[in-house]
Parts: sequence; structure tokens; C-alpha cells
Amino acid sequence: MRALLCSFFMILALASASTAETLDRLREISAGFVTKDYGQVQATAEALAATGDARVATALSALRGGDLRFRKSDKQVFRVEKVGRDYALFDPFTGEAMGQAGSRETSKIKVNNAIRNAIDGLLGGLTLRADDPAIRLDAAEALFKSRDPGALAALGSAIEAETDGSVRDAMREARASILLASAQNEPQALIEAVETIRARGGQDALGLLAQIGADYPEPVQEAAAQARRGIEQSLMLWGYGQSLWQGISLGSVLLLAAIGLAITFGVMGVINMAHGELVMLGAYTTFAVQEVIRTSAPHLFDVSLLIAAPLAFLVAGAVGVAIERGIVRYLYGRALETLLATWGVSLILQQAVRTIFGPNNREVGNPSWMSGAFELGEMTITYNRLWILVFALTVFVLLLLILKRTPLGLQMRAVTQNRAMAADMGVRTAWVDAMTFGLGAGIAGLAGVALSQIDNVSPNLGQSYIVDSFMVVVFGGAGNLFGALAGAFTLGIANKFLEPLAGAMLAKIAVLVFIILFIQKRPRGLFAIRGRAVEN
Amino acid sequence: MLSRLLDPRTAIFMAIMAALTIGVPVLNGAGLLPDYLVPLLGKWLCYAILAVALDLVWGYAGILSLGHGAFFALGGYAMGMHLMREIGPRGVYGDPILPDFMVFLNWKELPWFWLGFDSFPFALLMAMLVPGLLAFVFGWLAFRSRVTGVYLSIITQAMTYALYLSFFRNEMGFGGNNGLTDFKDVLGFDLQSGSTRAGLFVLSAVLLMLTVLVCRAVVTSKAGKVLVAVRDAESRTRFLGYRVEGYKLFVFVLSAVIAGLAGALYTPQVGIINPSEFAPAESIMVVIWVAIGGRGTLIGAALGAVLVAAMESWLTGVAPELWLFALGAMFVLVTLFLPKGVLGLFGAGNLPAFAKRSEVPA
Amino acid sequence: MNALRTTEALLYLDDVHRSFDGFKAINGLSFAMKSGELRAVIGPNGAGKTTMMDIITGKTRPDTGTVLWDGSVDLTREDEADTARLGIGRKFQKPTVFETHSVEDNLLLALKDDRGVLATLFARTSKAQAARLDELLALVRLSDRRKDLAANLSHGQKQWLEIGMLLAQDPKLLLVDEPAAGMTDDETMRTADLLKDIAGAHAVVVVEHDMEFVKALGCRVTVLHQGSVLAEGSLEHVSADPRVVEVYLGR
Repeated sequence: MRALLCSFFMILALASASTAETLDRLREISAGFVTKDYGQVQATAEALAATGDARVATALSALRGGDLRFRKSDKQVFRVEKVGRDYALFDPFTGEAMGQAGSRETSKIKVNNAIRNAIDGLLGGLTLRADDPAIRLDAAEALFKSRDPGALAALGSAIEAETDGSVRDAMREARASILLASAQNEPQALIEAVETIRARGGQDALGLLAQIGADYPEPVQEAAAQARRGIEQSLMLWGYGQSLWQGISLGSVLLLAAIGLAITFGVMGVINMAHGELVMLGAYTTFAVQEVIRTSAPHLFDVSLLIAAPLAFLVAGAVGVAIERGIVRYLYGRALETLLATWGVSLILQQAVRTIFGPNNREVGNPSWMSGAFELGEMTITYNRLWILVFALTVFVLLLLILKRTPLGLQMRAVTQNRAMAADMGVRTAWVDAMTFGLGAGIAGLAGVALSQIDNVSPNLGQSYIVDSFMVVVFGGAGNLFGALAGAFTLGIANKFLEPLAGAMLAKIAVLVFIILFIQKRPRGLFAIRGRAVEN
Repeated sequence: MLSRLLDPRTAIFMAIMAALTIGVPVLNGAGLLPDYLVPLLGKWLCYAILAVALDLVWGYAGILSLGHGAFFALGGYAMGMHLMREIGPRGVYGDPILPDFMVFLNWKELPWFWLGFDSFPFALLMAMLVPGLLAFVFGWLAFRSRVTGVYLSIITQAMTYALYLSFFRNEMGFGGNNGLTDFKDVLGFDLQSGSTRAGLFVLSAVLLMLTVLVCRAVVTSKAGKVLVAVRDAESRTRFLGYRVEGYKLFVFVLSAVIAGLAGALYTPQVGIINPSEFAPAESIMVVIWVAIGGRGTLIGAALGAVLVAAMESWLTGVAPELWLFALGAMFVLVTLFLPKGVLGLFGAGNLPAFAKRSEVPA
Repeated sequence: MNALRTTEALLYLDDVHRSFDGFKAINGLSFAMKSGELRAVIGPNGAGKTTMMDIITGKTRPDTGTVLWDGSVDLTREDEADTARLGIGRKFQKPTVFETHSVEDNLLLALKDDRGVLATLFARTSKAQAARLDELLALVRLSDRRKDLAANLSHGQKQWLEIGMLLAQDPKLLLVDEPAAGMTDDETMRTADLLKDIAGAHAVVVVEHDMEFVKALGCRVTVLHQGSVLAEGSLEHVSADPRVVEVYLGR
């Protein structure tokens, strides 16, 4: 009975698919709702959907929600809204008000879960004809997942009519997905569907193909197995891509944390153990800026980081200059003592922040332009990580320019190479020392702004980066900014490629052991300056 | 020979230690010293031994190890493993062989590296051998390649950091995050009883005295003079025909073995050993003990350890938020104003002054 | 063993090259010394004098070339401690003594003896060694300062102490880098006399800038320029060489 009705309405629908549907025709079909037979209700809904008329959507939504009733007296179908004890009646397709009726006068068109599910698929099919391509695309994706065979016809006509290439592809994939749901379909059509799914690729395609079991014809099974291998291979490549991206992202974080250290350690030969705490100060500056903005100028939230960055540079830089003037300058030439004294400073800074801001994590928000992610093939790239990469490279280039193109940079290099001669030539070496240290510290502050976007802002923030950033500098070779660059990205990428193999912690341990061994071979790092001048 | 080992200051130190060795158990027995202080004092003495070990390499050979806590912790774990085996079927799960944490992890048999630790002498041997071996391999690689100065410091830090992360892993088989604890007794002596604790204190005091004597013997020998020569002018020492790496390796391994022993005594007195002992910050603490006491003096290091540990106990009791400020200030002030440490305050003219020289690796 | 012996010279360098990041510090250097010979090496800055000494003592490895000791030992395979044990002593331009050791201990450390860790750990100073120390202290005129820290010596005294340490090593070859730098005229002449005394029992290579000092040594002179030998012979002979005059003496 149901199959018969179904095919009857199908033919009816197809026959008129190309012409504009008249309202009368829709009403004619909807008369099928006046029944207690669930099968007939579903068939009627499918027939309505098959017309492809956009007005059907309202009626089907109402049916799904139990808001579709028929008047007992004339068997006319209405969409209803409850008004007190009565119902307000509306035309199910046009929404035109049709008066009121008491609850006894109408009867509800009952639906069960099977029908609700079917309607979901049908609604997907209906929106296949929407004007907005994004909605059509969503509809196709919904069908790909729901695999409702009832939507095949609508899908077929939608593919015919579709003008947008990517939407059409999505629709074809949806059709292939639906076809593959049943082993009973034509083997040739199934094999073509497998091909379509294979071209789509990705994890859900893989899952779909995995459902093709022994009940499918032999050649289809073979094609599916082959397709799965192909997809797995490309997924693996995308996996490498994702690891690479994560590695680059970690590398950019390491670069930010290490670059300031490369200046103080590399250029000045000073071990600054408080470097991590300067990073932390940068993060707390960001927090403070956002607090002020939240309370007094919420509309500025999206630019909070742009305000925080220069402030963090200044705060950390000022603390850096204070450390240099107050402690480090008395210890030049005694690197190990500097290490101890700055460690002391790091403890004081940690405790000071803990006392002022409390020991718990502080919430630093992402501005809207740093929230969310986009897909690149099978890779997910979050905007905050992307911006941090851009930021790290920008800071790197700016620093290079400062060192190579500004008077301060020239004086810094002069003092590094020959302090006495630089002093004789009128360079204020003490001032240069303070500025160099301040510059390194300021960059640590900038790193803090970036890290506040991806890590917990707590008094321990700096501690978690200090060992890693030392590793970067030691690995890359002190005194060379490009060494820090190469070191950061090498270690970041190595870490992320080892992680899937060994787990996060073992990967980190492996990298540490590697560096310990590497130092044996190149005691001065990857980009060491060689020659007699350095040895003495 | 004895006069060479016992210069006046060392002699005073030995006398005080001898008095403590006898006095603490006696006073405790007489009820004049509260019970909780005995293991606390014993713990401080273990720190003192560790500090002397570090002073041997830093004060005399110029090797600033930022990873000495690792050797200490390894020794502590070796003893902890024995103590775990000693628990036997008295654990929460009552397994006669497997420690509780292994039962919890659903392990069926003891991992191979736990075998033998039911024997006390074996555990004691391992408490020296494992740190010694690690120091040998690490030092052999590092010193042969002439990794010196801050580079050496940083990779020693990387070493302890790698171990720190490793011991956190449950799969390592050392109790993960929680470490080893709930010990019951050692060699049949109840660890909670006053007399066992007094005994452990006496052992710690004796080990400290022995450590100071052994280290004195090393530093007053001609080899000790070579070490100081290496510290002050490594390159020159090579040109005299000395194998600098051999001397460094010897003293580094010796120091690690002593640190391991200190750790082995530490675990039963504290009642727990966990990965936090490997934390880089713990190793830097050892450095500040030595710096505050006065490096290159041995007994100064011991003094510094006890002073700082006592201060930590007191200050974290009365004003915990002040402790890190005080510790940080100590680091800064000592390096700036007390390069010879507290012991340097007591006009020690006969000490080899710590040379003012560039420690940028030559 | 004699089959390996390719040269009678105590020290023999042939066609040695070494460059640092493209800069050719040593470029085809050939050089030979007999036992007991005194030789002065002169040359302008950057001529390769220090690098040559680094190569001989094993501090720097040559890129190519032969460096033979006593006719048979390949010095390019040895490090500083090895070459010192073979009998090559080196004195640096800047006096480097162990500042936190006493004068006596400085000499004791240099004294020819077993250099192993175990040996030094249990070493006792023998009567013969004590006597040799007294002798050396007298020779370098530091007997009355034997208990003082080396750090407290004057610059000239440190130079002498270092020479004393060299002698204590009893090397077959001494490499002496600018011994007269920073000395008074009187000290300079006494140093020249001392080196002449040492030569004969030991071979001595003196690198020097001070022409008066070289003249006082009265020995064969080798002129280095751009990493190779420009001229060799008596001071008069090389002074007359127009190329030498151009690159060095004429300035």
C-alpha cells in the first residue's frame, strides 16, 4: 500500500517538476495527511517534498513539530498556533490566517520518530533549491550524513539545476553517500559512488566506505577497499601536514620565548634566568589591559592586544633595564653568578605576581579576529596560532632591522665585538648594555602577550618556557638570531612529529636527550661562529 | 695525613658534628628535643651532604651542575624501591610482591629493573652505582667534547628536566606523579619509631662527616690542586699535560655517588620520594646553599644547606608568602655582596680565593 | 721503528694548511727544528704565528699537511695534553699562571711526573722533587715568594714563573710567545740570556716582535707572512731580503 502510494505520488511529482507548482496541487497532495496511517503520512510528506516547492518547508516543519491539524468538518489541513483553548488556523503553505477553531473541531496529524527522521532528510532536500549557495551546501552536507533515500530524487533534480561547481560536487557526494547506504543498488552505480566518495576523501568518507560489508557485490567491495587505501594514504599526508603546522606553531612560540634570550645570552653573554618571568609579566600586562577594557570600554576589546603589546614591551623592558642596572652590570664576565642572581630575581617576580594577582590562572580572552579556525584540506588551523606565527616572524624581522639598521644596533654590535675600543670611540657602553638588556626583556614581554592567547596565565607561566627557550638558544648557537630561528622551528617540528609516535612527554624527553647529545658534537650550537677569535 | 685533612675550621666542624651525633639522640631520648625535629634535622644533614658534593665539583673544578638534584633523587629512588619491596603484603592491596601502584595499574609482574631491590645491600649499591653511571656517561660525553661554562650548566639542567618528565610517566614503573611512599620499615626497624629515626639521624651525621673527610682528602691532594688549576685556567692545565676531562670526570662521578648516598638516606627519613626532586628548581636550590655557605670550602656548603633549609622551615611556617621573596633576595645579595659566602665573612685568609676571572668558556 | 723515521728533525712541518671560515691562517707552511736548536719566529700580525703554535701543540688541527714529532709521531692526531706529555712546552703571550695557587704549587703542578688522576690523588712530593723545586725557584728568582699566591706577583714575575713552570716540565721543545712583552729593558735582556742558556738542552722557538730582543738571542730567524715562510736565516740575512723589508721591517 505504502510503496504503491509512494510511487504514485513520485510519478505525480516528477511529472510536474519542471512546471511551477500551483498551490492547488500542493493542497491536493496534502489531502493525503487526513489519515491515521503513519505510512501514508510519510508518503504524503515525501510527495510534498518531491515537488521541490520552497513553500513545502513550512508545512513539513509544522508537521514535524505536531502543529499540523485538519478540520474534521471539511478535511482541510492547517498549520495551527495555540490561542488560549483554541487554535489559530493558517494556510500550511502560504501562512495566510484562516480564522480560529476550537480544539475539538480539529484533529492532529500524528507523527512518529520514523516520520520525524524522514522529514529531517526531506527538509534537507528542500533547501537544496534555496537561493543562497551556502544553504544549498549545508543541505547537501546534511543529506550526506542523514543518507535519506527519499531525497534521491530531489537531489537528482537539484544536481541538474545546480550552477555552483562546489555545491554540485557536494550534492553528488551526498547522492553517492545515499546510494552506498543500500547494497541493493545497481553495482555500477555503487562503484561510481565509491569513486565519488574517494574523490571527497577525509575521515567521514573513510567511515562511510568502511560500512561496505560482505553483503555488497564483490567488485563494489574491491573498489571500496582500494578507495579506502587511497584515502588513508592522503589522510596520512594530511596528518603530516597537520603535524608540520603544529610544529611550526610550537616553533613560533619557542621563537618568541627564545628570541629575547638570544639577545641577552647571545649578544651579551648574559644568562637571564628571569627571562621566563618577563614573559609572564607581558601576559599579565595583557590581562590587566583587558580588565580595564572590560570595565570601562568594552567596545575596544577587539584591539586589546594591540594596546597590550606596546605596554607589555615597556613594562617588561623597564623591569629588564632595572635588572641590568641593579644587578647584572656588576656581574659582567661572570656568567654563572649572573645565572644565580637572575634566578633570584625570577623567584621574586613570581612571588610578587602571585601576591598581586593571586596564585590562580587568570582569564585572558581572544579577540574575535583571533578566535575560531579554518579548514585547509584535512587540516585545522586556528586563527590564534596563525596570528602568533605572523607575530613571531614580524618581531624577528623587526629585531633584525634594529640590529642591522639602527644606531643602537650598530653600537650593540660594536660593544659585543670589542668593548674597550667601542668605549674609546665614544660609545656609552653602559647605556648600550642597559638598552640591549631592555630590548631582550621587552621582546620577552611581547612573547607574553602572544602566549596569553594560548596558555594559562599564571605566576608559573615563565617557568614552563625557560628550559625550552634555553634549549633553542643552545641548539641554534648563541649570538645568532638565525640560529634561534632555525633552532626554534627545528625543535618545534621535531617535537610535533615525535608526538604521534611516542606521546607528548616522551617526545619532549627525546628532544632533550637529542640536544644533550648534539651539544657534544657542536658545543657552540648549530650556527656557531668559528675561528680563533672565539676560542680565546 | 690527618693534619692535612683537618685544618682548623674543618676540625671545629667535625667537633660540632660529633657533638650533634651524640647529643641529638640523647636529648631526644630525655624528652628535651621533640620527636618531629629528629627526622627534620636528619633531612637537613642529607641536604648538607648533597651541598658538599656539589661544592666539590663547583667550588673546586668549576663545573656548575644545575642537575645535581637528579643524582640525589636517583639515590633516593633506589632506596625507595627497596622500602617498597619491604612493605610486602602489608600494602593496601595486599599483594606480596607488587607495590600498590603496580596493582593499581593492573601490572601482573615486577618489571626487570625492580628485581634485586628486595635486598638492602643491592639497593644501597644501586643508590651509588646508578647516579655514578649516569654521571660517568654524561660527563664522558660532555667533558670530552669540552662543553664548559654556562653551556654545561644548561645541559645538566636539561638532563634533570628530562628525568623529571620521565619519572612523571606511570609507564616508567616508579609510581608516576605520586612517587614511592607508605614505607613501613627498613631492615626490620619500624620507620615510625623514635629509635629508628634517631638511628637514621646518626647515620646521616656520620655520612656527612665521612663525606667532608673524603672531599678534604681529594682537594688537599695534588689532584685537588689540579682541579683548582682546571677551574682557574683550564687551557693552561692541558698544556701542562694533564687530561682535564679525566679529572673532571673523576670528581663529577665521585660527587654523583655521594649525592646518591645522600638521597638514599633522605628517602626513609622523609617517607616519600617523588619526581619533584628532579625539578630543575630543586637543583638550583642546591647551588644557592653552596653559594651562601661559601663555595670552595666544603664545610661552608654544609653550613649553607642547613641555614637555608632551617630558614625555609621557619619562614614557610610563619609567613609562607615571604619565603620566595627571601630566597630570591638571598640569591641576588649573595652573588652581589658575598661572593665567598657566609664563611668568607669570618676572615678566612688561608682560603684559596675564588679567582675573579672570566667564566666565559675558554 | 726506524722504518717510520722519515726525518732527523725534532719537529717537522710540511705543506700545512689551515683556514678559518675561508681565511687562510696557515697556507703551505713548512718548518723544521733540530734538537737543542734556538729559533726566533717573526712576522707581522696575522702571519700565522699563533696558529702555527696551536697546530704544533694539538690545539688546532690542520686541514692538510704533515706535522711530525721526533721523526715518527704524527702530531695532528694528538691533543694539548698529549703533546705536553711528549715534551712540548708552551708559554703564552699573556702570562697564564694558576692565580689561586702558591708560587710553589704552580711549579709543583708543572714538575715532570705522572699526570694520571690516580697518581696525583695519592702523590707525595719526593726529596728529589723538593730539591728540584728549590732549584727552579732560585733560577726564576722567586725563592722568597714561594708561599705567596701567584695572583699577587708582578707582571714580570708572572712571566718568569711561567718560564719556571716550562722548565719544570723539562720539555724537549719550548714554544715561547712574546716573552719580552711588558718587560723592562733589564728584564728583557735577562730573559734573552735565560733562553740562550736553556737552548742546547732544549729546543726553543721564540715568537717575538721586539727586534732588539731577537738580536740579543743571536739565532736563526724564520719570517712568516700570510701563513707561510717568507725567508729564513740569520737576522742579517733576512733583514737584507727586500721582501721581508717590504712586509715587515720596513713599516
